[in-house]
Amino acid sequence: MNHINVSVDGVKYSDDVEPRMLLVHYLREVAGRTGTPIGCDTSNCGACTVLLSGMSVKSCSVLAVQADGAQITTIEGLANGEWHPLQRAFREEHALQCGYCTPGMIMAASDLLRDNPRPTQQEVREGLEGNLCRCTGYQNIVAAVLRAAAEMSGQSATDAPTKAAPQTGAVS
Amino acid sequence: MTATETPGAVPANSEVTSEIGRRRVRKEDARLVTGQTNWTDNIRLPGMLHVAFLRSPYAHARINSVDLSAAREAPGVIAAFSGADLASEQGSLPCAWPVTPDIVMPDHPPMATGEVRYVGEIVAGVVARDRYAAADALEAIDVDYDPLPPVLDMEAALAEGSPKVHAAGNKSFEWPFSAGDIEAAFRDAPVVIERTFRQQRLIPSAMEPRAVVCAAVGDEYTMWSATQIPHILRLMLAMVTGIPEQQIRVIAPDVGGGFGSKLQVTAEEVLALLLARRLGKPVKWTESRSEGNMAVHHGRDQIQRIKLAADRDGRLRGLSVDLLADMGAYLMLVTPGVPLLGAFMFNAIYKMDAYSFTCTGVFTTKTPTDAYRGAGRPEATFAIERMMDELANELGMDPLALRERNWIRHEEFPFTTIAGLTYDSGNYEAATAKAREIFRYDELRKEQAERRAAGSPVQLGLGTSTYTEMCGLAPSRILGQLSYGAGGWEHASVRMLPTGKVEVVTGSSAHGQGHETAWSQIVADKLGVPFEDVRVLHGDTQVSPKGMDTYGSRSLTVGGIALVNACDKVVEKARVIAAAMLEVAPEDLEWSPGRWSVRGDPDQGKTIAEIALATFAAHNLPDGVEPSLDSEATYDPDNFSYPHGTHLCAAEVDTETGQVTIRSYVAVDDVGTVVNPLIVDGQVHGGLAQGIGQALYEEAVYDDDGNLVTTTMADYILPTAADLPEFQTARTETPATSNPLGVKGVGEAGTIASTPAVVNAVIDALRPLGVRDVPMPCTPERVWRAIQLARLGRAPDSGDAPSAAPATPPANQAHDAELNPAHGQEEGM
Amino acid sequence: MIPAQFAYTRPESVEEAVSVLADSGDDAKVIAGGQSLLPLLRLRLAYPEVLVDVGGLDELRGVSDEGDALRIGALTTHYDLTRDPLVRAHCGLLAEAAGTVADPAVRHRGTLGGALAHADPAGDLPAVIVALDATLTARGPGGERQISAASFFADYLTTSLDPGEVLTGIRVPKLGRGWGYRYEKFHRSAQAWAIVGVAALARREDGHVAEARIGLTNMGPVPIRATATEDAVAGAAVDPGALRGAAAHADEGSSPPSDLHAAADYRRHLARVLTARALAAAVGQ
Repeated sequence: MNHINVSVDGVKYSDDVEPRMLLVHYLREVAGRTGTPIGCDTSNCGACTVLLSGMSVKSCSVLAVQADGAQITTIEGLANGEWHPLQRAFREEHALQCGYCTPGMIMAASDLLRDNPRPTQQEVREGLEGNLCRCTGYQNIVAAVLRAAAEMSGQSATDAPTKAAPQTGAVS
Repeated sequence: MTATETPGAVPANSEVTSEIGRRRVRKEDARLVTGQTNWTDNIRLPGMLHVAFLRSPYAHARINSVDLSAAREAPGVIAAFSGADLASEQGSLPCAWPVTPDIVMPDHPPMATGEVRYVGEIVAGVVARDRYAAADALEAIDVDYDPLPPVLDMEAALAEGSPKVHAAGNKSFEWPFSAGDIEAAFRDAPVVIERTFRQQRLIPSAMEPRAVVCAAVGDEYTMWSATQIPHILRLMLAMVTGIPEQQIRVIAPDVGGGFGSKLQVTAEEVLALLLARRLGKPVKWTESRSEGNMAVHHGRDQIQRIKLAADRDGRLRGLSVDLLADMGAYLMLVTPGVPLLGAFMFNAIYKMDAYSFTCTGVFTTKTPTDAYRGAGRPEATFAIERMMDELANELGMDPLALRERNWIRHEEFPFTTIAGLTYDSGNYEAATAKAREIFRYDELRKEQAERRAAGSPVQLGLGTSTYTEMCGLAPSRILGQLSYGAGGWEHASVRMLPTGKVEVVTGSSAHGQGHETAWSQIVADKLGVPFEDVRVLHGDTQVSPKGMDTYGSRSLTVGGIALVNACDKVVEKARVIAAAMLEVAPEDLEWSPGRWSVRGDPDQGKTIAEIALATFAAHNLPDGVEPSLDSEATYDPDNFSYPHGTHLCAAEVDTETGQVTIRSYVAVDDVGTVVNPLIVDGQVHGGLAQGIGQALYEEAVYDDDGNLVTTTMADYILPTAADLPEFQTARTETPATSNPLGVKGVGEAGTIASTPAVVNAVIDALRPLGVRDVPMPCTPERVWRAIQLARLGRAPDSGDAPSAAPATPPANQAHDAELNPAHGQEEGM
Repeated sequence: MIPAQFAYTRPESVEEAVSVLADSGDDAKVIAGGQSLLPLLRLRLAYPEVLVDVGGLDELRGVSDEGDALRIGALTTHYDLTRDPLVRAHCGLLAEAAGTVADPAVRHRGTLGGALAHADPAGDLPAVIVALDATLTARGPGGERQISAASFFADYLTTSLDPGEVLTGIRVPKLGRGWGYRYEKFHRSAQAWAIVGVAALARREDGHVAEARIGLTNMGPVPIRATATEDAVAGAAVDPGALRGAAAHADEGSSPPSDLHAAADYRRHLARVLTARALAAAVGQ
């Protein structure tokens, strides 16, 4: 067993863990953050994405011991009194169906907007390349991220480059 | 949608007065975007133990012995089991669809005994205090196998002398169907096109891996499972284990997608129940992705031999379909029925003189197949839509013109097809005209001609798919005729609470479809109550005791109608009580949404909430009237519903690398009346992505020893956001006449339509090079190889091996990327 | 899936890491970001007894200017490589290629040293540092030694590091004026591994290609240089035909695998096509 101290969604935890314990298992089973699910073994799907010291990581591909001393933010800690603009935008744009990829998708998107506050549609698509969704075809996810980006940067969301007008032929 | 809109608000278009048709954001989302979810793997019960399963590393082997002694001694291990330990109680996994009287339906023990028949089949199980200990203990199990020859190729499996998957042989069934004089249709036919297509094997890949928790208390059992079918699962668990049905409760908590993969009664579910019973403790099993890729049933996997006869003017004469369908190693819940769901769809929207269909179900030593989004219908649609493009090319006709030459005209509905289905409604002309305009079809054809003339290394192809499908599974009478073991009805009940709020219980079991929202919209309209006042309950056999669950685009067209009927009964019951309250005769009342009022004196009336409270108090009810407005309804549809649409895909093909890029994609769908356009668009988008996945990315690949090679998401390629275009969706709305809402169904349409649209676009781009087919998925390598072979004057083998297999390099591989524009104008334009 | 048990140690200096590795022998494995190792552990394709976590050794992090070369610490993440001003200014090829590795979350954790020491022939950065003629620095019980990129990659998933050695960083010669670059990555989906990658550097002079250095990803068990193309393109005119002609030799001397994602002959073909494209981009065509 190794001892770790971490902050999860602003709460301090101090626990003994097996070195092999995956961070996502620590979050789910020790810290009770079941909002972060697991979708694969190989870091392809991104469902388990959380912020580790402010940067997106796939918590299935980090050992809990590697997170010692870090601040972790999960989907459950993203709202700060009220929903994060991404959470609102995901709902408004119908950017989720089954919702299993959603926590990781939102956390990845929040990191994307930290890095690039006003992304183009293509930049959003590329920025979410590590997060798989099987329900939405990504279309409304992209729209939601653009909408949140507009809101977070203080601009009217109507200025956000959301969807191509129906009459335009070439896209993305 | 405008940015100023608040959650749940009415759209700017205030002319919409009904809830049906309104763009409601979903009730479900609040918990899903905040992580307050209840996935099965989240569930922790006091004393809960964890199960891990050891799976066969062999495609086919005899099990000589399973030594569990070391595993039982491993730290944290409570118990370990082999198939032999469970033989007396585990029964056989059910197949509910014996499609022919003489079908070979082998015994399918949840944990293998004696023989394993695919890589991933369960051989032993460990129960431990935590999941880490359970995983460790698997490595301590020693199984002695005698490998047997794998059976991997369907055609070889049917050949004389093939090794046998089961003692009864490798053929499960042969199912023929025909209508019209097929010989006459082909005799002297001026044009006959013959093609063989391969529907590759797919892994459904719902984002949530499967999981099951089972608790035994006394002789009562509660199972939480990531399932689409809690009701069917409960019934089947009772039938398999002999545990009385009333003592089993099944709960589908939040379920992270299914696409057919969770329309199953799985070995893991049965074993969880047996282990919970044996140990008297709750048990949990959670699948890993790499385990699931081997063990969750796969989809598709057919070889389709298609012949199409036509007149020179393009009129279709006859269609002959000969299918080989890979069952995998065993028949699961509806395995044999899946290809037969396509039997009635190969003729699609077209008129023809004759049709014949034969399907042979074949056993192989691979993961069993079963329903995957569309289930039989995508395969059929792919084949006919590819054939229509081939015929158009042969005749020098525009592919859309050829379709129009043959499709059922809108004034001809209702129309009974050659396959015997009666399509109630449709307007293929309208959908096609709209798609053509949005797509800018003529402009793109012009650009295509220019690129061909210029010999551009990046060619442009336009692909068409004018699909229909049968959904809303299903009229019980027809299911009976097809030998299915159950009906196709759905159940709903409506409870009027004393405060005027409404609880709705549905037998549909949503796992992403948005029933809580759409059902609330329907009820709000039918009862005249606010959308917010409706609560929808589902997915728990104790809460919702009766249902047929969610698959086959059935929830709205069957479950939604059950709900409408239940609401109608509530309204009628309220009428009698309102009449008593108002001291008038029931016939003198008229209904406006939410209120019964006196005809001719509209100020005299009672709202549904007032009536509900009076019913609750029950002080002054008329004699013989029960003090309840609550109602239920079970609805069995008379007919399927038939969504349709026209999808157009423009694909750019880099002839140097073989890379396909979808430049634009237009989907015009007619799904009848739309309850919630937001949800409908979302279903279409996701369906398109899955259909494009089949066309370009996905394939379950086995090696020569029968090992699944694509066990992880690194190897089974799913498209990412960066790989897909922005789709352009639009609708025409021809209400179904077969149900009171006019709804059709949209869950599978995008998947069914898109695969042929994309592949047709790829072939269209390459046709001047002599390419007439590329096996799916159209990977860059396969596209490139098809170009090389075409230059040598050879066609690719449609049923070719996956790209993993060693391929013969073309002789002149150094001379790539030289387009020959000489053939550029053959395409009818 | 869940990793098998292992012991874990987090040394506080490189010296300590080296000494732990020396004590543990072959059963120890260094972990930095862990983005290659964790999936292998989870799938139980690797069973180390001890994980030596060097992730906390800040001395191995960051980029410094050493005059005619950059020194890049082994723990510098892919994400940092894509943004570092020195890397972008003096060996932009590395920044560009790092930006194609996997996806953003992996790039946040994954490190340059980890990617090189893992020596996956489908990894993007090995071919890049081969093209850049980088020198790798390793520290072991006997002190520090320099290893040329060309000799660092020994075989499939195998480097010339000794069991007790830790890769501490790389030294990359700065590219001077006139150099252009391009990493052409060909993969099945945006997050997938490269089927083939071409890391091209070319120096343009008076309308000619003065010299070029080309590294190939996934064209054999180790990253290789496309030397026949480098020779053929030196002195060639900057025009598509000449570049294409030179690129036709790109697969010479390679031994690409046939696997799930592509057959060898297709990889050879792709190497030629992508080399032509990468060269054209590198010379500004």
